[in-house]
Amino acid sequence: MKIVVGQGSCGIATGAKKTSAEFERLIAEKNLDVKLDKTGCIGTCYLEPIVDIYGDDGKLDTRYVKVQPEKVAEIVEKHIIGGEVVEEYAISDVDKAFIDKQKRIVLRNCGLINPESIDEYIAVGGYEATRKVITSMTQDEVIEEIKISGLRGRGGAGFPTWFKWNAAKSNPGKDKYMVCNADEGDPGAFMDRSVLEGDPHSLIEGMIIGGFAMGATEGIIYVRAEYPLAITRLEMAMEQARERGFLGKNLFGTGYNFDLRIKAGAGAFVCGEETALIASLEGERGMPRLKPPFPAQKGYWQQPTNINNVETFANVAWIINNGGAAFGAMGTEKSKGTKVFALAGKIKKGGLIEVPMGLPLKDIIFGIGDGIKNDKQFKAVQMGGPSGGCIPASMIDTPVDYENINKTGAIVGSGGMIVMDENTCMVDMARYFLDFTRKESCGKCNYCRIGTKRMLEILERITEGEGRDGDIELLEELANKIKDGSLCALGGTAPNPVLTTLRHFRNEYEDHIYRKKCTALSCKPLLTYSITAEACKSCSLCSRKCPVGAISGEKGVPYVIDTEKCIKCGKCLESCKFGAVVVE
Amino acid sequence: MACETKGCQCGCSTPAFAELAPVLEKYAKVPGSLITILQKAQDIYGYLSMDTINYISECTGIAPAKIYGVVTFYAQFRLKPVGKYLIMLCQGTACHVNGAKIIAETICEYLNIQDGETTEDGLFTLNNVACLGCCSLAPVMMIKSAEGDETYGNLTKDSVKAILDEIRARDAQEVK
Repeated sequence: MKIVVGQGSCGIATGAKKTSAEFERLIAEKNLDVKLDKTGCIGTCYLEPIVDIYGDDGKLDTRYVKVQPEKVAEIVEKHIIGGEVVEEYAISDVDKAFIDKQKRIVLRNCGLINPESIDEYIAVGGYEATRKVITSMTQDEVIEEIKISGLRGRGGAGFPTWFKWNAAKSNPGKDKYMVCNADEGDPGAFMDRSVLEGDPHSLIEGMIIGGFAMGATEGIIYVRAEYPLAITRLEMAMEQARERGFLGKNLFGTGYNFDLRIKAGAGAFVCGEETALIASLEGERGMPRLKPPFPAQKGYWQQPTNINNVETFANVAWIINNGGAAFGAMGTEKSKGTKVFALAGKIKKGGLIEVPMGLPLKDIIFGIGDGIKNDKQFKAVQMGGPSGGCIPASMIDTPVDYENINKTGAIVGSGGMIVMDENTCMVDMARYFLDFTRKESCGKCNYCRIGTKRMLEILERITEGEGRDGDIELLEELANKIKDGSLCALGGTAPNPVLTTLRHFRNEYEDHIYRKKCTALSCKPLLTYSITAEACKSCSLCSRKCPVGAISGEKGVPYVIDTEKCIKCGKCLESCKFGAVVVE
Repeated sequence: MACETKGCQCGCSTPAFAELAPVLEKYAKVPGSLITILQKAQDIYGYLSMDTINYISECTGIAPAKIYGVVTFYAQFRLKPVGKYLIMLCQGTACHVNGAKIIAETICEYLNIQDGETTEDGLFTLNNVACLGCCSLAPVMMIKSAEGDETYGNLTKDSVKAILDEIRARDAQEVK
């Protein structure tokens, strides 16, 4: 029997380490013949910590969810010793469906194998693809297979992977470099972290195969410093791969050399842009430069360089093992295969999901994510992060693929899906993203550096109730100029959150500017608190809670809020037991 | 040895930058290593002082102005010392939508510091950071200390205060 505790960052954040320690203590105390192991994230983050019990046949026997340390003793007593499943803590059929409804290729091993053990990876067919490629295929055959699969870059731009590999192969160079962009900077996306933490070998394999195809001898993984666990597990995996001869010199006795190293990023969103990433690898400020020359011509140290995202690489070994056609059979005509989405925000069941391209948004948000938290009204979903946009509820039938999402003004991007309900203010969302891009602009282009600042100022003014006639038009004018006047995609897409919210939620901007109202009740300066005289029981509780003494009244008379003094902290609303305090 | 290690200014026998010297010995002449050197220096000293920057400049031959340019470009680097516990409060989209602002206000009010500041007792520093990648547990914060990194999810006004209280109590216990 084996007990496996899910220990990705999310699992650990909910106490998985303590749960694991408790199992360890009880196993020792009771002298049980049970192996304790760990795994990465299965994707059902809302159920963490997750504990899997495997039988002696190696098959999953029971999955327990939300296993806080205090539940461990009961599971050990009843299940491990008594052999009886503790139904109360076991995963429900509904939650099982969260996983069963998916098609997992990138996440095929996440949450199933121990990411710190190369043997477990090899046991599920790991490094077979690498062996096949290096010992029996030519560079062109590998590229052809990827071409058949139709795999496109999963980092955001959706550029065909084979084309980039082929370009890097065709360009002459003394040394060639294969780079993995694991600087997942898009706020709200965490699929790369999950792969790095849960299945690092699949990334390594993808890089070896890609490196072979383009003729690289060295690979560099550029990881965010905010992902310490990912870096640790990657280092471990690389070391194990070296010991087994999958990395290093003379791989499989063919004379092909390929090794990997990690470079920790230092926190700059713009480094997701290829040329900025290369500048950062060279120890410089991460500022983009003009293309061409493309990295495939002149990249890292002026040599042909190819850069792909973590998720893209994680698909590669599967494609080699199962054939490009099998991958291409999934998805839509132009968007092949599956895509991982990070479902978060105001969603009931948040987590990582992997589905074939082309599935309607509705099936993801309501079918898998089970709808909106607290059964509120679904308003919009934000896709593509700071470069993307908000898709309104009316477009919920949109199939999720590169082309159809682009039509809405958003982008698939790296796959972040932030769900919003009636209480999310769209003007505030636009302000949030502009604040982000303004901070992250590298400063090279005037329009991006100053234009985003000006747009942010206007949005701040609007959300503070100081919006003016003409603001919307000014925002649109600036947005278009920033798009045209910026060198890289950061500036080129920075106005998207504003443009898409203006396109789909223009009335909210107008409400803020002309009626001085925030219908989502989110922008504080635009709110007015008042007490309904009929409902007030004159209990004086709100008056006592008010930090600025803005509420007055006496027994038998309804209390009144002095709007001049009110700082809109909402304490009265929280404290009133009779629902007499209203906000609008 | 890439450059001479100067003696400590206070007159003790420990040479200054004794811990950083081996790092520079390894990386000073490797092209493109500046960010790695700065990361290791920050790991050792907790922040990058002007003295550290000047020392790195002497060893690598890179102008201090250029090093300063790189330091201020990346969010990770700090020019000021931090508290014993570094609170990294996530400002990712999911956290924003789920009320990270309220959590930020609560921490600021409770510890009486603003973003980037350190409490008077030197215990806590608050840093608003970009996405920590635990979006399903939003709002989230990570607390970095010598004991390691601890991530806390599903924060509420009350839970965040309880966490800070617990750390403070534990720290007081250790000091005793």
